[in-house]
Amino acid sequence: MDFNDSPDEAAFRAEARAWLAAHAPAHVLTPGDKMPDIEEADRGRAWMRELYAGGWSGLTFPKALGGRGLSGAEAVIFAEEEGKYHLPKGPFTSIGTGMALPVIAKHGTDEQKARFIEATLKGDLTWCQLFSEPAAGSDLAALRTKAVRTEDGSDDWIVNGQKVWSSWAHLTDWGILVVRSDPTLPKHKGLTFFVVDMKTPGIETRPIRQISGASEFNETFLTDVRIPDANRIGAEGEGWACCMTVLMGERLGSGAHRSGVEPLLDFAAATPDGHGGTMLDDRAIRQQLAEALAEEQGERFFQARLRTMVSRGENPGALAGMVKLAYAGRYQKTNGLALEMRGLAGIAPEAGDTAAGDVQYDYIYSTVMRIAGGADEVLRNQIAERVLGMPGEVRMDKNVPFETLKG
Amino acid sequence: MNFDLSDEQKMLGEQARSLLADMSSFDRLRTLIDSGAEWDEPLWRALADMGFLGAAIPEEHGGLGLGALDLGVIMEALGGANAAVPFMSSIILAAEAIGLAGSEAQKAAWLPKLASGHAVATFAYAEGPGPVFGRSATLTDGKLSGSKMPVADAGIADIAVVLVADGGFALVELDQPSVTRTKLESFDQLRPHYRLDFADAVAEAMPGSGKLDRLIDQAAVQAAFEAAGASDACLTMARDYAMERRMFGRPLAGYQAIKHKLADVAVANELARSNAYYGGWAAESSPGDLPAAAAAARLSGIKCFELAARENLQVHGGIGYTFEANCHFYYRRERMLAVHLGSRGFWADRLLNAQPGSQVKAA
Repeated sequence: MDFNDSPDEAAFRAEARAWLAAHAPAHVLTPGDKMPDIEEADRGRAWMRELYAGGWSGLTFPKALGGRGLSGAEAVIFAEEEGKYHLPKGPFTSIGTGMALPVIAKHGTDEQKARFIEATLKGDLTWCQLFSEPAAGSDLAALRTKAVRTEDGSDDWIVNGQKVWSSWAHLTDWGILVVRSDPTLPKHKGLTFFVVDMKTPGIETRPIRQISGASEFNETFLTDVRIPDANRIGAEGEGWACCMTVLMGERLGSGAHRSGVEPLLDFAAATPDGHGGTMLDDRAIRQQLAEALAEEQGERFFQARLRTMVSRGENPGALAGMVKLAYAGRYQKTNGLALEMRGLAGIAPEAGDTAAGDVQYDYIYSTVMRIAGGADEVLRNQIAERVLGMPGEVRMDKNVPFETLKG
Repeated sequence: MNFDLSDEQKMLGEQARSLLADMSSFDRLRTLIDSGAEWDEPLWRALADMGFLGAAIPEEHGGLGLGALDLGVIMEALGGANAAVPFMSSIILAAEAIGLAGSEAQKAAWLPKLASGHAVATFAYAEGPGPVFGRSATLTDGKLSGSKMPVADAGIADIAVVLVADGGFALVELDQPSVTRTKLESFDQLRPHYRLDFADAVAEAMPGSGKLDRLIDQAAVQAAFEAAGASDACLTMARDYAMERRMFGRPLAGYQAIKHKLADVAVANELARSNAYYGGWAAESSPGDLPAAAAAARLSGIKCFELAARENLQVHGGIGYTFEANCHFYYRRERMLAVHLGSRGFWADRLLNAQPGSQVKAA
């Protein structure tokens, strides 16, 4: 057992580190720097271009498709080194490389690969995800946005419906879209997958006013949107398989978040306990902070075990969901605790108390962590079924035409 | 990065599990309880024959000279079987204490016997309610006075390493008139505990000082391995029962109330196991990281086994309350393991104190 790189890994890390040292600083964001979304997205594109020019895009992508054909272990090493810089990365970069490209590479035609992959790796094309709907979240296959093939000889599709939680849909170039193309089939069988130019007439994005006060998510309305059949990914009815390709990428990516119990120790130390000491002297607070530190450490080293599996070419599967499940719950619990220890002064801090503001934001945002990328309950089902081998859920929606299901 | 056990360590764990499956069945545990046995002596002999007792004892003293991770996979297997043996007392605590603080003569006299199982030792640290590591016993001119209680395995132990006034260790042979052993009623029916009274008992000081922290940090890592093994056994038992048991026309295991509960147990177990691995790595390769690693491992070990032992019995329902079902072994063992070596609050302080700038300001 060790944390050392193999000689090959060490050489790769040194190469990555040297390249980043030369090229990353020019792209680094200043902490606390607020900029308009469009500027952030443009800086994201610029970093993508830099990565592509340096040969660091699409690390695990086959060389034939413009990637480098490296292993998952090398991708992890690059991510670790890249993570040392505060770079303009976000959904506007990761949905393209982490979701759109894997699905196009696996299910797309040669023509689609040629058209989208290199352009995306270069940052020329950015992507949003048009999956969830108001009545289709964890049960994604319940989606109702409808695609009908025209009978005007063009073979185009006309799409109508509403998507939601489409991050950065207002500023990205293309979207990955899953729709219902045949409601007479059972729900998972009647879906078809498309890529869609977000400038197509009939697409309207509206920012969602979120509980955090921010609006990085959108609702996207599709009204008589015409999509050429050439933009269909995979066969008609193959939409669910395409979604699975996308969502596997999302799950593996979701375990890698940084946590933050340490700043809460500082926060406790900066909070008077009313008896001449600080909240870091309080037994009850100490107990909870220590439990959180132990969980955080466990998540970190469980992640290390999973990375070891990946570097051996094994697939952690549902084990990856364990890290996300643990992390999201702890994130909410610890930030809730931090608000509690500060008392009313944490609820209504004085102007300039940025630490309390951060805790407030994290407490609000932790709710997203427990829902997005596999809700707690979905992950528990997956762990029970795929890790522990327990039975799947009783289903009312299998082998029944979608149109006969009660919403 | 290679954050996994070696193939040799995995094989060692497999050998231990296989031996325990043969010798330490639940029926065997029931027989031991019914007969009022102090321990599973044949199992101890078998563990000695396989070299497990001496796994981490240096080769010059009759052991195999392996490390904390090797010991950890054995502890994980012992925890899984809920074995009735003094491995924590004799090997993890007493033998390590002698190795850390003993004189060359003390090591030469006792480590080979502990490795071969010809002698059993215990570590006497508690003094009733109050501080976890009591220091009111005194050693003066080779005479030990005071009381220790409860002390695990003192009925069968030949020697005890006793924590004394200055935080040092005294080595005392228990078979002498000035040592009185009084058996206590033990909540864990397979781990007997005693009160030890020393009235000017003949004892030797151990020359090494200031070794207590290192000793209990190492033991905390091993306790986390033991807890992870025990929790996994509970999880498997609960899963298997739920798969077999049918309720309202379908397997109990198909209900989310059960699936989600066991998924949470599985997550807690993996976090504890990961922390135990890190603790074992730190003990072997990075002693500066050991205090924080050990405390985190200890806390997550307590947490996972608490959850697993309780929910295992709960999933079994009424049958879980019977002596014939096997949940009770773990349910009792869990409380013992949760408090030996200091409970949650003790290790929470140690974990925070190991973070830079987070020490308690007013004691």
